[in-house]
Amino acid sequence: MATTEEGKTVFDVEAANVLSKELRDVFASGKTRSYEWRISQLKSIVKMCDEHEEDIADALRQDLSKPQLESIVYELTMVKNSCTLAIKELKHWMMPEKAKTSLTTFPSSAEIMSEPLGAVLIISAWNYPFLLSLDPLVAAIAAGNAMVLKPSELAPASSSLLAKLLPKYLDCCSIKVVEGAVSETCALLEQKWDKIFYTGNGRVGRIVMAAAAKYLTPVVLELGGKSPVVVDSDIDIQVATRRIIVGKWGCNNGQACISPDYIITTKDCAEKLVDSLKKELEAFYGKNPLESKDLSRIVNSDHYARLTNLLDEDKVSGKIVYGGERNEANLRIAPTILLGVPQNSLIMKEEIFGPLLPILTVSKIEDSFDIINSGTKPLAAYLFTNNKKLKQQFLMSVSAGGVVINDTALHLTVHSLPFGGVGESGMGSYHGKFSFDAFTHKKAVVYRSFVGDASVRYPPYTRGKLRLMRALITGNVWTILRALLGWS
Amino acid sequence: MIEFVQDNEERIFQALDQDVGKHPVEAYRDEVGVVAKSAKLSLSCVEKWMAPRKGDLPLVFFPASAQVMPEPFGVVLIMGSWNFPISLTLDPLIAAISAGNAVVLKPSELSPTCSSFLAENIPKYLDPKSIKVIEGGIDVCEQLLQQKWDKIFFTGSQRVGRIVMTAAAQHLTPVTLELGGKSPAIMDSSSNPTNMKVIAKRIVGAKWGSCSGQACIAIDYLLVEERFASDLIDLLAKTIKQFYGENPRESKSYCKIVNKNNFKRLLDLLKDPLVEASVAYGGSVDEEKMYIEPTILLNPPLDSQIMTEEIFGPLLPIITLDDIYESIDFISSRPKPLAIYAFTRDEKFKKQILSRTSSGSVTFNDTLLQFLCDSLPFGGVGQSGFGRYHGKYSFDTFSHEKAILQRGFFPELEPRYPPWNSFKLHFIKLAYAFNYIGLILLLLGLKK
Repeated sequence: MATTEEGKTVFDVEAANVLSKELRDVFASGKTRSYEWRISQLKSIVKMCDEHEEDIADALRQDLSKPQLESIVYELTMVKNSCTLAIKELKHWMMPEKAKTSLTTFPSSAEIMSEPLGAVLIISAWNYPFLLSLDPLVAAIAAGNAMVLKPSELAPASSSLLAKLLPKYLDCCSIKVVEGAVSETCALLEQKWDKIFYTGNGRVGRIVMAAAAKYLTPVVLELGGKSPVVVDSDIDIQVATRRIIVGKWGCNNGQACISPDYIITTKDCAEKLVDSLKKELEAFYGKNPLESKDLSRIVNSDHYARLTNLLDEDKVSGKIVYGGERNEANLRIAPTILLGVPQNSLIMKEEIFGPLLPILTVSKIEDSFDIINSGTKPLAAYLFTNNKKLKQQFLMSVSAGGVVINDTALHLTVHSLPFGGVGESGMGSYHGKFSFDAFTHKKAVVYRSFVGDASVRYPPYTRGKLRLMRALITGNVWTILRALLGWS
Repeated sequence: MIEFVQDNEERIFQALDQDVGKHPVEAYRDEVGVVAKSAKLSLSCVEKWMAPRKGDLPLVFFPASAQVMPEPFGVVLIMGSWNFPISLTLDPLIAAISAGNAVVLKPSELSPTCSSFLAENIPKYLDPKSIKVIEGGIDVCEQLLQQKWDKIFFTGSQRVGRIVMTAAAQHLTPVTLELGGKSPAIMDSSSNPTNMKVIAKRIVGAKWGSCSGQACIAIDYLLVEERFASDLIDLLAKTIKQFYGENPRESKSYCKIVNKNNFKRLLDLLKDPLVEASVAYGGSVDEEKMYIEPTILLNPPLDSQIMTEEIFGPLLPIITLDDIYESIDFISSRPKPLAIYAFTRDEKFKKQILSRTSSGSVTFNDTLLQFLCDSLPFGGVGQSGFGRYHGKYSFDTFSHEKAILQRGFFPELEPRYPPWNSFKLHFIKLAYAFNYIGLILLLLGLKK
């Protein structure tokens, strides 16, 4: 590591190179492959979460004023659940999977072996700094890799807490934490990794993938997008409203990748929906939401400026029907609802990633599909309806990472569902067994003996061999017999 | 597609003969047969593959259902390669069609007869609005890569693989890269004294029998214990003669080198004086016929190009070791190959090979067969690429797995909503742990 004038060490390309070599050596030693190592690390993460619940909640309070319940439920409990599941299932996941072999290759047996990829890089995000760091980490550990974690510099308290805690609880030779911003990330990206797992935005996602291309490194990109909510008129509006609110403002005040970005509803339903949203928002966060302890603040002044910019655009500022209050001093923006913003406004072009919720109206609910499909593919799409046909149409015609009908954000907690984007919302998926697979190479293994060697495989080639070959490849017993007997 | 292959078998044989001098048997085994088999399998399975899969759900979500629904990516680009210009172009096409995508197919310009044959005939058999064939060289590839695709499937070299992935990054397009690498064969003679003849056949078949070594899963080099090396060379030489006759130049069963560039590249590999000195068998060439004799080299220097680059041609270096167990370190200290072949009966050795080396696939006691198993994923790792196909994996490669969660409006769990208090925190913690008894106790006020 180089040293600056103030005597601080800097993490540069050279340091990154040393680090990646260390990890590669540890991996080559085979240490991280053992079942015991994986289990011990997973158990330590659970222990760390239990013993430092308060510290972690404090760090999140400093970085985002995140309500304690959100910190514990969405970050810690989720991580612990991932660990528990991995600990329970790991033996099963690691077991080679038997594969059927065909007549063509008879006699033989085959299996698919799950093999760790090697040294992997995890770059995480600021909005769920613990979950989005530790969940991929759990996945990489379960799969038996050596790894380096780069937490986001935009959540500094969380980043430094991770850098402090992880070496205490985990094997610090195989699991490293590098803190830092752009230059440190670039230094890491210049190294060769066996997998890069990035959570964040599409702009940086492109940079990560282009850097990965240099070494042919596979990537998982967990990005975001404008996740729509379609609200039909035939539903229990109160329940729908409450579920939208917890998915939007109840998840880090809209600063979540699966947070509802905008609502589409019919013209006649819009007013009812706005009224209900107002009523429930007040019940949840009080008359003065800027003072509510149950809402996160905006992460930093850059994002604050970005969000207020969206609100202050000429054609948008007049559309606020609820909220709009803000306080630059403590970086707070109240839950804000906008009705009828034009589709060419900034707020409808960019991912909002904050407490603003525009509502678009259409005359027929089916028209919402075209609006959604005219944009890029979102990470999540939500639909509230009791109409079976509409559900089916929605599932068939809307492409998104995940779809939830009659709720929001909950699919994130279901281990049997892959979590990940498509198109602009990213590539690759994780959670549950998918997490293990994301950091695993599926090695094909064939076992053969020396009997059953068909000379047909070998030159010199003849027409008769062609006939037999045709039969063998189709794997039809009768055709094979016929060809052998020279009948065809 | 099945019809296309059936109707055009002879024409495909001719095109392949023209481009790379493939004999019909080889052409059927590696190209026509592969495509026919893959299309038939997809046809019989596609309905099953398309069906959404149910996911397990915890009780807290009741009533609800979870599904994983495969969904086509959209418009995809497939770039084929010249060594198997039919199968490595059409097999991914079958995959993309099964998954429901619109496709642009770009056959390799280095196998021009096959490329123009596909461009001319594919539109006659497949929906020309949804499946387009574009012919052309580097400039056409560059233009295609500038467009936004929903998936790119590339078969070819590492160098071009990097270019493809860099271009894909601009549009966040997922890619499958089917590359190659130096695939070793390990010959454990001491555990295999009786099967040498069969082994020699399988080695010769996997080196020279598949497009004259111009195959991504061809054996690149051979590892053997020193004391067995000369016997092995004799046996291989005998087998080569048995397969291709005294003069392989005249053999119809032996492919030519695809073009001048590759011919020159291979000659350059041989030109290094130390490498030339290591030739133990063969070595003759005929530029007019683009012919290079099956050639065996004994211990060429490890830092020579022939041992640092993928050979992709009919040259087989044999590297001798004192103890065959050293082959594990030899392989794992080099980039990860697409395939490893090991001839051994030593179970302990097999286990070590599996756990201490990494490769796309491992085949024991045979060669190339992993390519034919529909139940096995085919694809590389590290420098040999990423992503996989064949069988169901082909379908998956061109599908996005959409996660779907469906719920009703009742019952509502009040503690999900703010304002937060310690009761709600406790409730959610228990719910996440699926501790139902705890939940009931909490609701009854019996638990703090």
